[in-house]
Amino acid sequence: MAEITCSQATQQALDEAMAADPTVLVFGEDVADPEGGGIMGSTAGLSTKYGSRVRSTPISEQAIAGAAVGAAIAGMRPVAEIMLMNFITVAMDMIVNHAAKTRFMSGGKTAVPLTIRTMSGAGIGAGGQHSDMYEAWLAHVPGLKVVVPSNAADQKALLKSCIFDDDPCIFVETTYIQFVKGEVPDDYEAPLGKAKVSREGTDVTIVGYGRPILDALAVAEKLAAEGISVEVVDLRTVMPWDQETVFKSVAKTKRAVTLHEAVVQFGVGAEISSRIHEELFDTLKAPVQRVGSMNTVVPYSAPLEQNFMWSQDKIEAAIRRTLERK
Amino acid sequence: MTRPNAAAGPEDLIKIYRTSTLIKQTDEAIRGLLRRGRLQANYYSPRGQEIVAAAMAATLQPDDYVVTIYRGLHDHLAKGVPLKALMAEYFGKVDGSCKGKGGCMHITHPEAGVMVTTGIVGSGMPIANGLALASQERKDGRVTVTNFGDGATNIGSFHESMNLASLWKLPVVFLCQNNLFAEHTATELCTAGNIVDRAKGYAMPGILVDGNDPEAMYAAARQAVDRARDGEGPTLIEARTFRFEGHNYGDPSSYIPKEMMAEAKANDPVPKLRALLIERGIATEDEVAKIDADAAAEIAEAVTFAQESPYPDVAENLSDVYATVLENA
Ligand SMILES: Cc1ncc(C[n+]2csc(CCOP(=O)(O)OP(=O)(O)O)c2C)c(N)n1
Ligand SMILES: [Mg+2]
Repeated sequence: MAEITCSQATQQALDEAMAADPTVLVFGEDVADPEGGGIMGSTAGLSTKYGSRVRSTPISEQAIAGAAVGAAIAGMRPVAEIMLMNFITVAMDMIVNHAAKTRFMSGGKTAVPLTIRTMSGAGIGAGGQHSDMYEAWLAHVPGLKVVVPSNAADQKALLKSCIFDDDPCIFVETTYIQFVKGEVPDDYEAPLGKAKVSREGTDVTIVGYGRPILDALAVAEKLAAEGISVEVVDLRTVMPWDQETVFKSVAKTKRAVTLHEAVVQFGVGAEISSRIHEELFDTLKAPVQRVGSMNTVVPYSAPLEQNFMWSQDKIEAAIRRTLERK
Repeated sequence: MTRPNAAAGPEDLIKIYRTSTLIKQTDEAIRGLLRRGRLQANYYSPRGQEIVAAAMAATLQPDDYVVTIYRGLHDHLAKGVPLKALMAEYFGKVDGSCKGKGGCMHITHPEAGVMVTTGIVGSGMPIANGLALASQERKDGRVTVTNFGDGATNIGSFHESMNLASLWKLPVVFLCQNNLFAEHTATELCTAGNIVDRAKGYAMPGILVDGNDPEAMYAAARQAVDRARDGEGPTLIEARTFRFEGHNYGDPSSYIPKEMMAEAKANDPVPKLRALLIERGIATEDEVAKIDADAAAEIAEAVTFAQESPYPDVAENLSDVYATVLENA
């Protein structure tokens, strides 16, 4: 089984999708080979192989997203790249007012099967305008699907699921893990909306997605030595999220911690926590705890950024808070 | 209209040399620190673009406003951001111009008129209009210069801002530092037509200038700044220049043809100005050598200062988010 990086996983998914379906188009800033095949190499080789179906664009996020909306309405499956998630702000009208709502507002006569790939994440000293995780904003918009993979296999399989899904999908790649390698089985598939139980446990469930899943697994391993059994559920798809798997897990463990990289306030964790309380109030032994980054702007200074981010210590502390009540 | 006294005099040229030398040497020092692992930063070198900033700044008043971008070191220093505060910000230290919280992509130093440094391509221009609007209403006589790259002329905010500035006759100068590349894409591959021609569509003057030529750049800047200050509205300057160090630190620039890079470096504008000063008898070798040495000394002092400055307390993470720290956050 091949070990590949997350950015290679994206490259393979795009390549396979383009080979399988001539309606798949790829465009974004610097994505074609003369411009380096993407800043992470995630589109390397594609323009050479597929010609005009892969295009570098000007720095024009609104035009990029809008072209994806239009091409999708006309029956293509565009995969547009918005280099970093902060730059999605410039394209929000196209995504929120158009991509998300077109199917509904046309009475189902038109659809927007686009995928927007983007990247973000803190921990690399990039400061306030290059590190934010905005998946909660997007998940809040009916009509959009939002995916945040935590490893290479899921990144590859889920990207293909997004491309061949008939709704607009926002696909978020976490900067920090793009060069992390993982095994990708040949026939591995990951449908949208299905979580993965990354580690089984009986005392408490961590529900999260993206890069912090790696920390959740590390904390679970550490606490196992103390006899605390932690189950880790990797949602993979943030919207629609796999409530069935989460409820089943929490019904078993009776305790839950939500976990994401985005700031805690009004985050995805709040939605998950709320739904768990609604469904499992009588089963819960402790209120659901939320872990994420601090409610502030991503700071530049290294010690401030470390303090800002979620951490294994914060995850462990949250787990212990759920265990305080017997 | 060509204005009287728009030419750079000997004093202006010396000033431009002093500023561009400080920029060039600071850039070299920063890259040295990055190379030796003494500094971790996402750094966008302005090496090669010094004259654009230095000549523009030579036409400005201390209280004029400047807006710039992540590739902003040259604009910051030219406008007078103190080197110590700048360097400490690069190191994420408490004595930085933004207490270490903004970082090198977001230098803000209102005392020097540096009001915004953005990491979002194109986003400086609409804000520059707002600064200029404030000046227009207050009649404070300030001019706002907004710096951006060639790539930024393809984003909506450029077009919206040019139109609004022209319509309202705002005292703003749009300074496009055309270094021929936007990240890894050659400008001609992502830009239809000539940038300077876009001025016409918004009924404002457009000046195409060799930004590496201090006299031509000064004259262009001077015209645009005077026009803005006189209440006649905005100007678009397209200053042709080149960046020697790729998009960001570590970029091998493999997308830039070797001959193009070699030619640009052979025409390095800073040593060229140095030679010109001597050749014309504007300054002696000793005098320019002193300018060089003064810059080196100032930089060495600023680096030591920045390295010795403490990191901000982590409590800083929760201050400055709102005017007062929220009770219920
Ligand atoms: C809205 C937005 N899109 C994309 C980027 C990523 N990006 C940063 S710099 C850059 C190239 C900008 O080129 P140009 O405007 O010519 O300025 P230069 O870097 O050459 O000085 C790009 C695409 C960004 N920062 N903001
Ligand atoms: Mg450029």
